[in-house]
Amino acid sequence: MTPYLHLWLIPILPLAGAAINGLFGKKASRAGVSTVALLGSGSAFLMGLRAAAVFPSLPVIPHQEFLAHWLRSGMFSVDFSFYLDQLSLVMLLVVTGVGFLIHVYSIGYMWDDPGYYRFFSYLNLFLFFMLTLVLAGNYLLMFVGWEGVGLASYLLIGFWFTKDSAASAGKKAFIVNRIGDFGFLIGLFLMIQHFKSLDFDHVFDSVVHLGPGATTEALLAAIGILLMVGACGKSAQIPLYVWLPDAMEGPTPVSALIHAATMVTAGVYMVARSHVIFEGAPLALAVVAIVGTLTAIFAATIGITQTDIKKVLAYSTVSQLGYMFIACGVGAFSAGIFHLMTHAFFKGLLFLAAGSVIHGVSGEQDMRKMGGLRKYMPWTFWTMTIATFAIAGFPPLAGFFSKDEILWMAYSSPHGSWVFWLVGVVTAFITSFYMFRLWFMTFFGEYRGTSHHTNDHGHGHGHDDGHGHAPHESPMVMLAPLMILAVLSIVGGWVGIGGRFEHFLAPAVGVLPEPAVEGGNLESYLMYVSVAAAVGGLGLAWLLYYRSKDLPARIAASLGGLYRMVFNKYYVDEIYDAVLVRPLIVFSRAVLWQGADRGVIDAAVNGSGTTTREVSNGLRQMQSGNLRSYAGWIAAGSAVVIAYMVWAGVR
Amino acid sequence: MIPLSYYLLLSGFLFACGVAGFLIKRNIITIFMSIELMLNGVNLSFVAFAARWHALSGHVFVFFVMLVAAAEAAVGLAIIIAVYRTRETLDVDRMNLLKL
Repeated sequence: MTPYLHLWLIPILPLAGAAINGLFGKKASRAGVSTVALLGSGSAFLMGLRAAAVFPSLPVIPHQEFLAHWLRSGMFSVDFSFYLDQLSLVMLLVVTGVGFLIHVYSIGYMWDDPGYYRFFSYLNLFLFFMLTLVLAGNYLLMFVGWEGVGLASYLLIGFWFTKDSAASAGKKAFIVNRIGDFGFLIGLFLMIQHFKSLDFDHVFDSVVHLGPGATTEALLAAIGILLMVGACGKSAQIPLYVWLPDAMEGPTPVSALIHAATMVTAGVYMVARSHVIFEGAPLALAVVAIVGTLTAIFAATIGITQTDIKKVLAYSTVSQLGYMFIACGVGAFSAGIFHLMTHAFFKGLLFLAAGSVIHGVSGEQDMRKMGGLRKYMPWTFWTMTIATFAIAGFPPLAGFFSKDEILWMAYSSPHGSWVFWLVGVVTAFITSFYMFRLWFMTFFGEYRGTSHHTNDHGHGHGHDDGHGHAPHESPMVMLAPLMILAVLSIVGGWVGIGGRFEHFLAPAVGVLPEPAVEGGNLESYLMYVSVAAAVGGLGLAWLLYYRSKDLPARIAASLGGLYRMVFNKYYVDEIYDAVLVRPLIVFSRAVLWQGADRGVIDAAVNGSGTTTREVSNGLRQMQSGNLRSYAGWIAAGSAVVIAYMVWAGVR
Repeated sequence: MIPLSYYLLLSGFLFACGVAGFLIKRNIITIFMSIELMLNGVNLSFVAFAARWHALSGHVFVFFVMLVAAAEAAVGLAIIIAVYRTRETLDVDRMNLLKL
């Protein structure tokens, strides 16, 4: 007897929280709003834990639960059905767990914001859609969650909508994501056409039974690449990554939850979920791996030059997502999901700690105006230190295990290559460098901020005026999530020791065939290289940003144009603006607006209006109220009728 | 025997006089009388045809028309008196309130 876990409740609980806070939160007290929001996210987390507890005893995996029919059209049908296997279980726990912690943190961070209830309503709404995404039993329901998290992301990036840059960053994120969603949607149409279904089970079954051949491979490659386009949008990969750095306009807990830990990993989840399709199409796998590799190194180099603490972390996120795609692209989906999980811990922690720093220095985000914060905020310093070491890949912290797994897979997998490995190691070195640069600039040296700081961050943080001017440690409600995440950033990687995590995920995402390269010592040597890269990054950062602080400026000056190019993010935004946005605006203005809209549609509508008015105006003159003129008309009309009858009679 | 065409010419003449009076005159009483003139022009042609073809229906029609005209005169004159009481004029050109 298969137990019924009421999986549908898991997304619905946060939705209820969102509805209650959204409808009644304005009048409610802050404590009430927080209670509702924490109940929404916390109960979802508890349900997730319960599912995890029952999971080993489930007779059938994947465990599927049917809630209701949705679409029925001939042979094609889509249901509200939920799907729990190892992959969605991991995602479920990460999303609800990290999500709950960030809810707690937000209570402290957003306390002084006038939009407090709105913030928590959106945050719960996001959890609803994200859980729909990871628990969906078919691609269409997944797509609903996919679009929904995009909406929540838009609402939260533009949370301080009175600020122009935040509003346009929200729009940018939404529009760039549309491009990816378009690819995703076409991939779904291809599936409907060829497999007559969108249920995971049915689609994967059909793929397996397609039989070998060039046609099959081409079809799967087409679907795979289209899905990857969708993943590129959501997970901020080249060429659609541009929205994520701008998304840092949102409140920092949002950056932590949506733009680091959960939503942006939806693309990785989707690719891993569709592993059957990708495994059947080497071309699609290669595309995933190459996009991931390029994004990883590209974003990492930009991260070196950024001075905004959140922007550094944003580019780091893009780069780490590239890592996950490298893993997926070489067929090591479990390694990708492993890194997704550890990344959720340490990057969530990094963002929250950065938020704590920003909170502590009254909304300043420029690292050049920080420094020496170690003394002022020890808890933030220590948790951030753990996260920094974790992302840099120091053993035995979480990032080391997952990153090492990915690098080894990139090298040894049958789909892998030494190029992926080399770029991965270089990226690891750069990552370590810019993370320690951030660490040294923020926490060491002397405090460089001005004593009285005007809030150019535009934070809505009514907080800034009341407090003292010196940097201060954040309240306990913000520190507790930091500590929990710090513990997770330490131990989170241990589940992967000895391939246990891989083994656990194997039924859901498949296993790689035996490595093409013999393991043995080579694996250890490669591991030493990646640890050396991490240490090298630390050393270089120490040299440049701790020991001889005038060196970076000299190096930047000597590099000249190259430095400026990287500092300006390779001018990608400017290129997109010139090549895509401006022509589109010109075309829309000249052809669509002035031509089609005003020239045709408006002209037709207004024309029919004016015509009616003019004709009526003419006819109105007959209604003069003058009796004799009416009589005249009657007489004239009668005369015409008689004339006609006479004429007709004569003829 | 007087030919039918004479009756019809007279009938047409009376009717045309009625139309002309209706269109030209301003006094509502005169207009009213012009309507009576038109009706009687038509009546004349009715009885002329009836006499010519020995058909009774023409006579019956005429009686109907006279009856209706009498009723109309009663109602019409009542309206005219009411109008005169409120507007103190019988000029139709000044009774033009019923328009846009």
